[in-house]
Amino acid sequence: MTIRPGRIAVHIALILYTVLALGPIFLILINAFKTRRAIFADPLGLPNGQTWTTIGFDRVFANSDFGLYFFNSLTVTVVSLVLIVLIGAMAAWALTEYRFRGNTLLSLYLAIGIMVPIRLGSVSILRMMVELNLVNTLTALILVYVAQGLPLAILILGEFIQQIPKDLRDAARCDGVSEYRIFFSIILPLISPAIATVAVFTMVPVWNDLWFPLILAPGDGKQTITLGVQQFIGQYVTDWNAVLASLTLAIAPVLVLYLLFSRYLVRGLTAGAVK
Amino acid sequence: MADVSLHGVAKSFGATEILRDINLSVDDGEFVVFVGPSGCGKSTLLRIIAGLETVSGGEIRIGSQRVNELPPADRKIAMVFQSYALYPHMNVYKNMAFGLKFAKTDKAEADRRVRQAAEILKLTPLLDRKPRELSGGQRQRVAIGRAIVRNPSVFLFDEPLSNLDAALRVNTRLEIAKLHRDLGATMIYVTHDQVEAMTLASKIVVLNQGRIEQVGAPLELYRSPRNLFVAGFIGSPRMNFIKGQVLRVSEGQAIIAFAGTEATLDVRPDGVKPGDHVTVGIRPEHMEVGGADSTSLRGTIDAVEQLGESSYVYMRLASGDDVIVRAPGETEASPGGTYTAHVPTRALHVFDAAGLSVLPERF
Repeated sequence: MTIRPGRIAVHIALILYTVLALGPIFLILINAFKTRRAIFADPLGLPNGQTWTTIGFDRVFANSDFGLYFFNSLTVTVVSLVLIVLIGAMAAWALTEYRFRGNTLLSLYLAIGIMVPIRLGSVSILRMMVELNLVNTLTALILVYVAQGLPLAILILGEFIQQIPKDLRDAARCDGVSEYRIFFSIILPLISPAIATVAVFTMVPVWNDLWFPLILAPGDGKQTITLGVQQFIGQYVTDWNAVLASLTLAIAPVLVLYLLFSRYLVRGLTAGAVK
Repeated sequence: MADVSLHGVAKSFGATEILRDINLSVDDGEFVVFVGPSGCGKSTLLRIIAGLETVSGGEIRIGSQRVNELPPADRKIAMVFQSYALYPHMNVYKNMAFGLKFAKTDKAEADRRVRQAAEILKLTPLLDRKPRELSGGQRQRVAIGRAIVRNPSVFLFDEPLSNLDAALRVNTRLEIAKLHRDLGATMIYVTHDQVEAMTLASKIVVLNQGRIEQVGAPLELYRSPRNLFVAGFIGSPRMNFIKGQVLRVSEGQAIIAFAGTEATLDVRPDGVKPGDHVTVGIRPEHMEVGGADSTSLRGTIDAVEQLGESSYVYMRLASGDDVIVRAPGETEASPGGTYTAHVPTRALHVFDAAGLSVLPERF
């Protein structure tokens, strides 16, 4: 087998990009286990016998409510995810399957949601949450994230639902299956790769978000992990050990979920292109 | 078991008229085939009977009940789709049992029916497989099995054989015919393949541009096509059409001149007047029969196709008309030569300027 130069170039580009993408994560991981002095003296070095320490983790668990932050983040992410996937899939099914007045208008409205960043509406959102008495609750965050995630979810899931042969739904209707059952027993299982795609796309930004937790739920007891980490970053002193340790802990769940979903993710992204 | 009747059924999508004024009755236990070119509305008509499409006008009755407003599940029908439409994430058993779950059939009864259908269709060893692990023919049988377990009054087939290869198509065709004999249920079958229509149907409905052109038993349509469309559609290769003119009419007989020759035939009393332009139709398989009362057509040969048991001779008559003749397998005909076909008068079809047959009905 001969290897074409084009292929080598592509692989070099991909490898460089992988290094670039994984580099920061790798840096966080190795430095989280090093002493403060070693972090600054040799940021790229692996921890060894002299520099190894877990003081950062000790401080995170001793000085902050890490468990609570983690739990808050997890609650917000999981609930948002479930709502986005469920509502998104149902809306996508309705928009692709049924002809009704305003169908096109509704689709366009959702498309605008993809184009306009939700952060532009931060002030109005904050005002609304104040009026609804939802400031400093996780509910406020969940509502915003569901609104943020829905348009793209509906777009992706709608594409996939369209690819499911129409005969399948007709066959089910002849079988006497109700519309809800068709959705849950036939459509949902068949778009599971797309759901994995949507899950990854929505999960990462929600988990990582600092903006909305900062303006909507900065109060004690409601902070998410990204916000919680901020307390170790001061104007004069930054406790790098603790920052890196808490970031390491924050990365872990996303990484695990990503690895779980990635198999489906690749399938989901290419399913439409390659028959 | 039930009969199906359609009264003045019409369907339009926006301004486009798909079907207009369809009147048809299907008797209990009959095997009716809807046939026609693509886009003639045959599949739409089937989907209307199934309840998957609404009508713009008219009434559909299954049994003695008006079903216009009933959803598919309540019409006692089962449909087999062209694409099989098997649920990809369920195995064969679940595919067949899925519908029964919602029909409130008890578990033991559902199991018995699935196993029985699997037995009939030789699917028993495949019950645990997923659809993607099956061949085309097996998938087709699962789709039929899914219809059987519902125990419907009316089976609806939408081009069920068009995704199969030629050999399998013949096989499955025979199986469907056998199934109809065994179950005795009413079956409505859509196809664009006239061989399937001829072999399976007890009654053929020829559709064209949203209208019924003719309804009748297969041989009835073959022998007495009511108009040019049916004449051209039923039979393969298609009927030859030659321009002609009526010379004289007397006492129910007309003398018609075509392709440099003349023939005297029985016609309907009000059929034609002298001087009328007509189209004379002759089936390729009738052009070599000859016999007493026959007329000869001479022409130069364009091409010869030898099929073994017969040959198709493509020739151009002196009048400029192109015709196909089915000649014996060992014909000496070769391109460039001349050929004479002997056509018995009783094999001639005559159509008036509007395309309608002017012959008396003959069976």
